[in-house]
Formats: sequence, structure tokens, C-alpha cells
Amino acid sequence: MSNAVIIKDAVKKYGDFIALKGVSLDIKEGEFFTLLGPSGCGKTTLLRQIAGFNSIEGGDFYFGDKRINAVPAHKRDIGMVFQNYAIFPHLTVEENVAYGLKARNVPKAEIAPRVKEALELVQIAHLAKRKPSELSGGQQQRVALARAFVIEPSVLLMDEPLSNLDAKLRVQMRTVIKKLQRKLGITTIYVTHDQEEALAISDRIAVMKDGVIMQIGTPTEIYAKPQNPFVAGFIGVSNFLECTVESGGVVDIHGQLKIKVPTKKDYVGPARLSARPEQLFFSEEGLPGEIMFSTFLGDFIEYEVRLADGQNLIVNEYTKDTTEVHEAGEKVFLNFDPTRISVYEAESEEVITC
Amino acid sequence: MLKRKNTTIPFYMDPWFWVKLMVFVIFAVFLVWPFSSIITNAFKSTKVAGFTLRNFERFFTKKYYYGALWNSVGISLVPTIFAVVLGVPMAYLMTRYNVWGKKIWHVLAILSLMSPPFLGAYAWIMLFGRAGSITTFLANYGITIPTIYGFGGISTVLTLKLYPYIYMYTSGAMESIDSSLEECAENLGSGKLRRFFTVTMPVVTPSITAGALVVFMSALADFGTPMLLGGSEFRTLPVLIYNEYLSETGGNGNLASAISIIIVIITLVMLLVQKGYVGRRNYIMSALRPPKETEVHGFRRFLVTLPVFLISFISFLPQIVVCASSFQHTNYSSFIGGFTFENYQNLGARLWSSLGNTFSYSLIAMVFIVIIGILMSYAIVRKKGKTGGILDMLLMAPYVIPGSVLGLCYIVTFNVKPLILTGTAAIIIISYIIRKLPYTVRSASAFLLQMDPSVEEASINLGVPPMKTFWKVTARLMLPGVFSGAILSWVTCINELSCSIMLSSGHNNTLTIEAYTNIVRNSVGSGAALSAILTVTSGLILIIALRVTKGKIRV
Repeated sequence: MSNAVIIKDAVKKYGDFIALKGVSLDIKEGEFFTLLGPSGCGKTTLLRQIAGFNSIEGGDFYFGDKRINAVPAHKRDIGMVFQNYAIFPHLTVEENVAYGLKARNVPKAEIAPRVKEALELVQIAHLAKRKPSELSGGQQQRVALARAFVIEPSVLLMDEPLSNLDAKLRVQMRTVIKKLQRKLGITTIYVTHDQEEALAISDRIAVMKDGVIMQIGTPTEIYAKPQNPFVAGFIGVSNFLECTVESGGVVDIHGQLKIKVPTKKDYVGPARLSARPEQLFFSEEGLPGEIMFSTFLGDFIEYEVRLADGQNLIVNEYTKDTTEVHEAGEKVFLNFDPTRISVYEAESEEVITC
Repeated sequence: MLKRKNTTIPFYMDPWFWVKLMVFVIFAVFLVWPFSSIITNAFKSTKVAGFTLRNFERFFTKKYYYGALWNSVGISLVPTIFAVVLGVPMAYLMTRYNVWGKKIWHVLAILSLMSPPFLGAYAWIMLFGRAGSITTFLANYGITIPTIYGFGGISTVLTLKLYPYIYMYTSGAMESIDSSLEECAENLGSGKLRRFFTVTMPVVTPSITAGALVVFMSALADFGTPMLLGGSEFRTLPVLIYNEYLSETGGNGNLASAISIIIVIITLVMLLVQKGYVGRRNYIMSALRPPKETEVHGFRRFLVTLPVFLISFISFLPQIVVCASSFQHTNYSSFIGGFTFENYQNLGARLWSSLGNTFSYSLIAMVFIVIIGILMSYAIVRKKGKTGGILDMLLMAPYVIPGSVLGLCYIVTFNVKPLILTGTAAIIIISYIIRKLPYTVRSASAFLLQMDPSVEEASINLGVPPMKTFWKVTARLMLPGVFSGAILSWVTCINELSCSIMLSSGHNNTLTIEAYTNIVRNSVGSGAALSAILTVTSGLILIIALRVTKGKIRV
């Protein structure tokens, strides 16, 4: 049986409130797939439907070719890591890890070596006899991980597993999780609201908002080609500018600059342009502006530039590409790399650039 | 289009449906049915057929009856006021100063609260009664002291027994005030006294009123104290119910039923008044920084300790007096000093049978209370559904139905077909369960609310079915919380008098009933010895419980 996860038109309702409005996903076997979005977007709701803890008001859920909608949670053969770890406080570390194996009636002689191996994989074999109350947050996290994958589940679910750790440990554990997933090859569905974490850890990401998927893609696709202003704003930093699209893919910005962008559809009319700070550059001509503020950040310099209409843009210039630092008050002209920016229809917010 | 059913399972496959059904059946048979039968009883009479207000008419026209109503209100209100006067300052001193011997006074307060209901009255009679040791000693010098019998004596005894409720509710609230709140008031220029009345008091007032309500209801329901100290002139409603029932044997207890309804109405009104008052004033706080204890030394430390010592010592005094007297020689119905074990030796078989009854009944009740309590609190907290509200309401029952009323309910209902239980041990055990279960459910629910549901989900996710997860993980984790509540219920069962005395038929007397009966019959030696055994037993259980729970006992 394949360990792919296929979801078709998943719907979740709480009374009149619709938390998931028909979400479809096609997660490949062995893939590290992340559900990313702000709180309330439905990402945890969907994960809990997959785990079997939320009722399903509509849609079909498949593991491989097996429809699991009616399979109770304890028979789904899923490993899960909870946001607050959910370690059994009355059991020791090794008893915690052995719990799922015992429930599966694994022979006793087999349990001990498997527990030991799992604890070694997450580097806490020396803590086997401890009670959870004697562990730090990071150590509890490792117990939760070991407990989830020791049962060799077909799918591993993780619900914001790093959000309770401090910043440094979060980065460290992120690598531990990623390497472990690679090594074991378990299909993994990961929920987070931290876009940086999602970019760093995932094979593919689904960005969600208000119970709808806004975009599915690899981290590079999502960062470089956001399909709508929401994704552009949520992932990384984006500058937004009102503009007009003329025939032939010519974008007119404030009547001061015209650039030709590659388009995938014919559209003429009002539009919105988004550009990353590093996709803007200073040039001889273009949008006139004034440097308001500059921050030297080592490998690059961040500028705040005010346009004639009062809007502020963020511009990053890499130190390796330049020798001079613009001072506040200096008049500059801004230009864009036409192949890197994204342009959206004003009304429908659909992307027209390719 | 083919509509496929998703994850819903039929209701009869859900074990929680059966748990709820079981709870409803238990409460329906042993609470709703008995109580509704005394309601119908109250509007019936042996003299006229059909519906009548005769019983209520008689109650409100004869001074013998309506006098008892005023007496009851009096001996409930006055101890409530004085309990606040004693309990609030004690809570303030205990939470804010390094009072010497803090733990001892705390334990003494719990011990006096959990003492047998007639013990205070009995000890005070020994000291200040007509033939009391202090009365006779002072009489030698021609000094007479005001009588202990009647309103004043009952109020004093109930105040000293029940003030710990106020102390414990208030100190709980005072400990949860974040110290920054008071510091802020100080920073804004409030003096210590002003700060106490403008910040501290308003914040803890809801807790004080909750404690006051419990004191009021306990005093109103108290049976042992007014029986011993009321004499023939000063009757309260629970005493009336008992007397009426005894004199009406053969009848249906119509008048006693009417009185029961009146007493339940009083408690309901007080409950609503308190709820209405607290309403929006409930300031839920969790102190990030609990208030600091002020360190005082020397004479000042003595000054803050003295009131606490006096209050808790005087309220504990009855237990010392009774235990000490039990070793004295007796002559007819008075103690004459000396040291002897004869009071204990004279008890003989009665001791063992009553001790056996006390322990077997209360322990059987405890087993049921713990199991049903765990299941029921889980059903209320995690499987609320449409019936959660009704379950919550049923849980209020023991707060508003005094023991003597429930006793009457059971006698009226269960001495006729279809279910005859009077005179059996079962009915006493059932009364324990119905009266004490709610306390355990409440403490277990509070514990469950704090427990993270994802621990259960983790277990299910690892392949353990929900019901097995419940017993393996949830119930296992709830057990300590449930036990600390259940131990308190156990001690109160051991000391239960007002309900069991109406349900007992001689051979199933408990230790408390036996002790009380001996005291009433003036066999003071046996009475003292039995009371002493009762006191020491309860005290030992409580002290072990305090040790095990590290002092975290909630009343």
C-alpha cells in the first residue's frame, strides 16, 4: 500500500461557521508537506481531521487507496506530535516511547531494542529512566518525536511542534526533524504559522487562509512566484504598488515608470504589483524617491525609500554589489527586475505574470 | 448522489451514552423521585382527601412551627456573620504574615470543621452546661454564667465549627491576588488600610460570600447541635422534621414534608441571592506573583499569631475536652475525674458493630463515589452535549437539600413498594453516595479542566481505543485529584448524623449515631468514649490525607 495522503474537498463546519471550505491536497509518499497560514486559517482543523479527532462534514480522505473517513482515530496508524508534546506525565521516557508498541501487541523482546533505537535517533538514550517532569522543553520534544515514529506509522503528523521552544532551540530541532524525516522516509504533514520554518523544512507547502488553500508549491516557487497578494505578503517581505496593465504586458507605475513583464494571460486594467526588497534596485531613471532611512545589516543594506505619493518601499542592496551607502535625504530612482516581480489583477487578485 | 456517512457512530455504540444514562437513572431514582414524592406528600393530609394546603396553614399559624422557622434563620444568619468576622482576619493574617506555627493552625481549622456535628455542643455542655465543670467550679465562688442552652449557645458552637469555611475560601482568594495589584494601589498613594478596603476586600468578596453561603447552609441543616443545646424550648427546622417524623410514624410524614419544602426554599433563595450578588463581580485571577508574606519579628510576630492561635485553639478545644473526659470516672450522668479506661471497656460489642458499620458503609460508598465521580466528571467536562446542563443542576442538589430532608425523602419513598429499602444498610450507603458524590465530581472536574486533552489524544493516536485510553491515562491521571476530594467526603460520611439517624434501624447504627444516642440518653461515659474514637479516627485520616496531598486539601 502506498503511503500517499489524498484529500478531496474537505469541509469542516462548527455550527454555521465553515472552517474548511473544500480543501484538496495530494501529498506524495515520503513527502514533507507543510500546512502554513495565520491562526484561524484551518490548518490545525485539517490536521485533526486527518488524525481522526475532528468530525468530517464533507469530502474524502484517503491513505493510498484506502478511504479513512470512517476509520476511528486509534486504527488509523498515524504518528502525531502535539504542540505541547502531550507526554504521559505518569510514565518514564522509555515507557512513553513503548506505549504505542504495547498497544500494537509488539512482542516484549522486540519492544526494548526498538525503544532504545528510537531514543538514540533523537539523542536522548541517556534519559530513558527519567520522568517527563525532569525534562526540559527540548528533551520532551524529542520524546514526543521518538514516541510518534517508533511505531513506524504510515503518516506522521506534527502540529506546531516547535512553537513552545526558544528561538535557538527551534532552529536546532527543525534540523533534527528534517534529517530524521529524510532518514525514515515517512510521509509527514507539518502545521506551522512560521513562514521561515515552513520554507526551511518542507518539500512542499500549502498556504492557507480562511479555510481555503491560497497556493501549493515548493518553498522556492512560493517565495519567488506568489500566486496572489496574500501569499506575497505572508511569505517574506513584499512591497505592493498600485499600477495599470496596458496591452502587451506593459505595466505603468504611477505614470512615472513603464516596464514590460512576461504574462500568461491577456489583461488590461488596474492591477497590483508585488516586489521583494531585493528585486528593487537603484538606477539612473525610474520611480523617483527619497531615502528616508538606511540600516546597515552586514551582508546587505536595507533602505526605506519614500515615493512622491508618500508610500514607503523597502529596498535591499547587497554589500557585495555596491560600494556606496546612500544617505538619508538623497534623491534616488528605483527600478524593477521585470522577470522577478508579480502582477495581480486589482479585482480578482489573480496573478497575470508567469 | 450517494451520500456516505462519515465519522458518526450510532449513539448506543458510544460508551459515554451509557455512562450518562446510568448517572441519570441513579439521580432519577434516588433524588428526583424521592424529592418529588415529598412534594406531593406536603400537599396531602390524612384528614382530608386530595390536594390541600392544610400542612402549610398549620405551619404558619402555630407558633410551635413558625417559631422554629425564625429560630433556624437566626442560628444560620448569626453564625454566618460571626464566621466572617473570625475567618476573614484569620485568612488575612495567615496569608500576609509569617504567623508562628502556621501549619498547625491550618490543620486545627480543618479538624474542627470536619469534627462530628454534635461534638462542639457536647463539649460545651461538659464545660458550661448545667452540671458543666466550669459552671460548677464558678458556682463555688457564687459566679453564674449566661446559659449555654438556646440561641446564644447554638450560635457560638456553630460559629466556632464553621468559621474555617470562610477562612479557607478567603485565604484561597487572597493567595491568588497578584501582588502587583496591591503594589499598584500603593504606588497610586493608597495607605495600607485604605488599600485593604479598596483593593483587597472587593477582590476577595465573591469568595467570602461563597464561603458565607456554605456556612449558612451548613448551620441551617445542622441537626446535632440544636438537638443537644436547644432543649425543649428552642427548636429548629431539622429538629422539627425529625420530631414530626417520629411522632407521625404510621402517617405519611405530611407535615414533615411541608417543613422540608420550606427549608429547601430557604436554601434555594440564599443560593440565588449569593449567585446574583457575585454575578459580574467574579474576578478570576491567577497570580503570576503571589502576594509576599510580611516578615515581622518579636512582639509584632506574637501580635499577629495571637488572634490566629485563639480562634483555632478555641474551636479545637471541644475535641480535646471530649477526648480527655473519656478517660474520667463517671457517676450516674456526670464525670467525676480520675483516670480510667472503663468507659472504653464498657462499650463492648456496640463499639465493634458500630465501628464495623461506619467503616463498611463509608468505604463502600467511597468506592462508588470514586468510580462514578471519575466517569461523571469526564462526561460533564469532555462530553458535554445537550445533557451537560441537567447534570450540572443535579450536582447542586446536596448543597440545597439538608441531610434530614433527604432522610425523610428516603423514608417516605422507600418504605413502600415498588422499592423497599428502609432498614437496610443499602439505603444509608446510597444516601452517602447521593450527598457526597457531587463534591468529588466538582473537584475532579476542576482537575480535568486543567488537564490538556491532547494527552488523551496522544494515547488514542498511538492505537489505544478511546475507552481503554480513558482508564489507562485519563482516570489514572485524575486519581490523585479525585482521592483528595474523596478523602474529605469519606471523613464527612464517617461523621454524618442528620440523614443516617433517620435511616438507621438500631442494628445498622454507625459510630456517630451510637455516640449521639448515648449522649442523648445521658450515658456520658460511653458517649465520650465513642466520640473520642470518632474524633481520633477522623483526625488521623485527615492528617494522613494532608500529608499525602501535601496540604492541598480543598473544602
